Amino acid sequence: MSKEKEKKPQARGTRARQEFVSEAEEVIEKIFQNLIVLEDGAKSREINPDTLNEIFRGAHSLKGIAGMFGLEGVSQLSHSLEDLLDRLRMGKVELSPELLEHLYQGMNTLKTLVDGIGKGQEEDKLAAEKMVARINQLLRSQSQASAASPFSSVGLDPNLFKSLTEYEEHRLAENVRKGVPLFRIHTVFPITTFDQDLTAVNQDLKKVGEIITTLPSSQPGREDEIVFDLIVGCQKGVESILAAAGDRAGVTVEPIPAGGKTEAPAPGPAPGPAPEEPKPREGEGAEESLKSVSQTVRVDISKLDRIIAIVGELVLSQAEIQRLAEHLRGQKGLEELARELFRANRLLERKVSELQQGIMEARMVPLRQLFDRLARVVRQICRQAHKEVDLEIFGADTELDKLIVEELGDPLMHIIRNSLDHGIESPEEREKAGKNPRGRITLNAFSVGSHVVVEVEDDGRGINWKRVKEKAHELKLLEPGIELSPEDATSLLFLPGFSTSTKVTSLSGRGVGLDVVKRNITRISGMIELESEAGMGTLFQITLPITLAIIRVLLVEISGRIYAIPLTSIQENLAILQNEIRTVEGKEVIPLRDKTLPLIRLERLFRLPAPAAPSENGNRLYVVVVGLAERRIGILAGNLVGQQDVVIKPLGKLAEIVPGIAGAADLGSHKTILILDVGALIEESTRASGTVGIK
Amino acid sequence: MAKNILIVEDSAAMRSMIDSILGETVGEEFLITEAQNGFEALKLLPRIQFDLILTDINMPDINGLELLTFLKSNPRYRDIPTLVITTEGKEEDRRRGLALGADEYLIKPFTPESLIASIKRLLGKTGPKG
Repeated sequence: MSKEKEKKPQARGTRARQEFVSEAEEVIEKIFQNLIVLEDGAKSREINPDTLNEIFRGAHSLKGIAGMFGLEGVSQLSHSLEDLLDRLRMGKVELSPELLEHLYQGMNTLKTLVDGIGKGQEEDKLAAEKMVARINQLLRSQSQASAASPFSSVGLDPNLFKSLTEYEEHRLAENVRKGVPLFRIHTVFPITTFDQDLTAVNQDLKKVGEIITTLPSSQPGREDEIVFDLIVGCQKGVESILAAAGDRAGVTVEPIPAGGKTEAPAPGPAPGPAPEEPKPREGEGAEESLKSVSQTVRVDISKLDRIIAIVGELVLSQAEIQRLAEHLRGQKGLEELARELFRANRLLERKVSELQQGIMEARMVPLRQLFDRLARVVRQICRQAHKEVDLEIFGADTELDKLIVEELGDPLMHIIRNSLDHGIESPEEREKAGKNPRGRITLNAFSVGSHVVVEVEDDGRGINWKRVKEKAHELKLLEPGIELSPEDATSLLFLPGFSTSTKVTSLSGRGVGLDVVKRNITRISGMIELESEAGMGTLFQITLPITLAIIRVLLVEISGRIYAIPLTSIQENLAILQNEIRTVEGKEVIPLRDKTLPLIRLERLFRLPAPAAPSENGNRLYVVVVGLAERRIGILAGNLVGQQDVVIKPLGKLAEIVPGIAGAADLGSHKTILILDVGALIEESTRASGTVGIK
Repeated sequence: MAKNILIVEDSAAMRSMIDSILGETVGEEFLITEAQNGFEALKLLPRIQFDLILTDINMPDINGLELLTFLKSNPRYRDIPTLVITTEGKEEDRRRGLALGADEYLIKPFTPESLIASIKRLLGKTGPKG
């Protein structure tokens, strides 16, 4: 027995389960995508048999693996769905809206089951059984169309029949029944490149017709070649087949006569196997094709986290070497050694940073999967609530750290649900307002420097700001006579308890649970803002860091303690004198290029002892300007210590209790520092402005 | 001598499970090559002398039946024992597989013991080359 095969049975259990979950997730995701294609096709009465068959194969494959892993619920439900899909692809039942709904619901149930298994929960067999019962009920109510095989007269080589699966046989029959002309495509390709060659031919053929079967064979004495015979159904006739596939070396096309023997080959180019085929070079081609066997590796994200933690420790070691080098430099006679150590350390620093970059890239995933999932839910809600809303998606290829993408799902869903439930008016209302009766929600993502912006925009009724203001007065959040600035009005919507006590409709449905959305976004170090114009719609803008795991921070000293501020949220640093600080409406500010910049003193917020009287620096202070665009504040610091890469350790629940702290990080030599949550600090600063306060 | 086994199966979890079942079989040494579809199998065939081929039926592009037809029509591969793995409910496809010359079949879900028993039986049929 070879060494690497010696695995402990228990280890196999967990690992195998993980493999099952990740494969099942992929299959389910693919099925959902294909269901959408199928649904669209059904609307225009053009069901692509390939799509349908791919969905069937997905369910079939799920059933197979679930059975092997002893997951009865998943296995039974996918069996039931497979059965339904099998009848559908065999033409035994019609694709009704009701059937489609069952497919969607069945897949949703499967997804929930698999998600649960992924979390290590017991399989929810009851949910599976309920769904199976519903599918069975549907099947009983559907009349079975007869599936006679009318193609016994087709002039095909009987050997070919033998290699058809039941399904392929059905597709052949369907084409014959509809009178679709059939063609036999004979290809001869070099053994080293046949997969690319055949895939290229397949792609072109699929544009004009349906590939029913692909039969490989070989000719004696021609070990370096492989022959494929394809049966293709094509309504458009021989010309389009020839146009699609005929113009290639090694490809011949011949029509298959209905009810007779194969005729002479059509007058296409290159009849018969092309004898002048260039011989592939032996070794080279073989090596290349072996490589193509597998190009991606699935890695558990916790393994990447572990590597990141190690890189974090490397960074610390490297900083320690730097410190030693500096120490050496001060020693007489050791200057040369110190210089060399510096040089060596710089190289190490560069390599560590490349390593960091590499791991970060490995953690990046495009937003597409999440966006697709949201699109699915939107369709589902629309179907159930009989709403007409188009979802437009832009920038789905924008990449973000996998963990951020995962955490982003809930808040985005919440915002979209709000838009659907309350933002977008009924078709009648929209027509009255002169709008397109079909509503529109746009999901947009793009990168800005080291951030990614995700936008959700709808063209609904927008927020009734007047009502927001009234509500603020009612709740005594606003002193009488004081006008509400747009920023304050917006931040009101995100306050806990602000809107839940308000009737949903009176606020145009906005604000429901937005505090939760905000909390979720803040947890992944993001910021959320919204713009809304009555009657025009609402735009939510979420700004996120590209990654959470490692960030570059500026270390600052405040009241003798060291805090870290993420470099990505710093705009600039200023050195000021104590007497430059002004007080406006009880708030400390400094003038900054024709504007005033509000300042925040962390020692007050965190109730630290007041800093010792500034002596060595004179009365010099530092202001770290943080924030985005117009929403900026200055954090006052006694000293700027330096920049460093740190690995963030989330504080979990604690961070919710202590506002303004995003997490902790190790600084080496057992020193832990706190990382400031800039978004929350800006929030805190606006809240302390005196106009708005929490009850 | 280690036996060369080719697994043709589009499910990675399934391949990995078969792989680990075979890996834990005491007293036998298997060299396992995995192909995730018929294409990959066709590419691997000329390069490795396989002692046994396990194939799924339902796969995209080239299905297991088509692969079997190819194997059985080629003198070079005709004598390699084949084990067809089908999923419960597709008995018709299994019947076709046997008609095409598959030596044995196994229905998913199967037990590790039945897989090993089938494989041992089929390897026993091969000539002295293994």
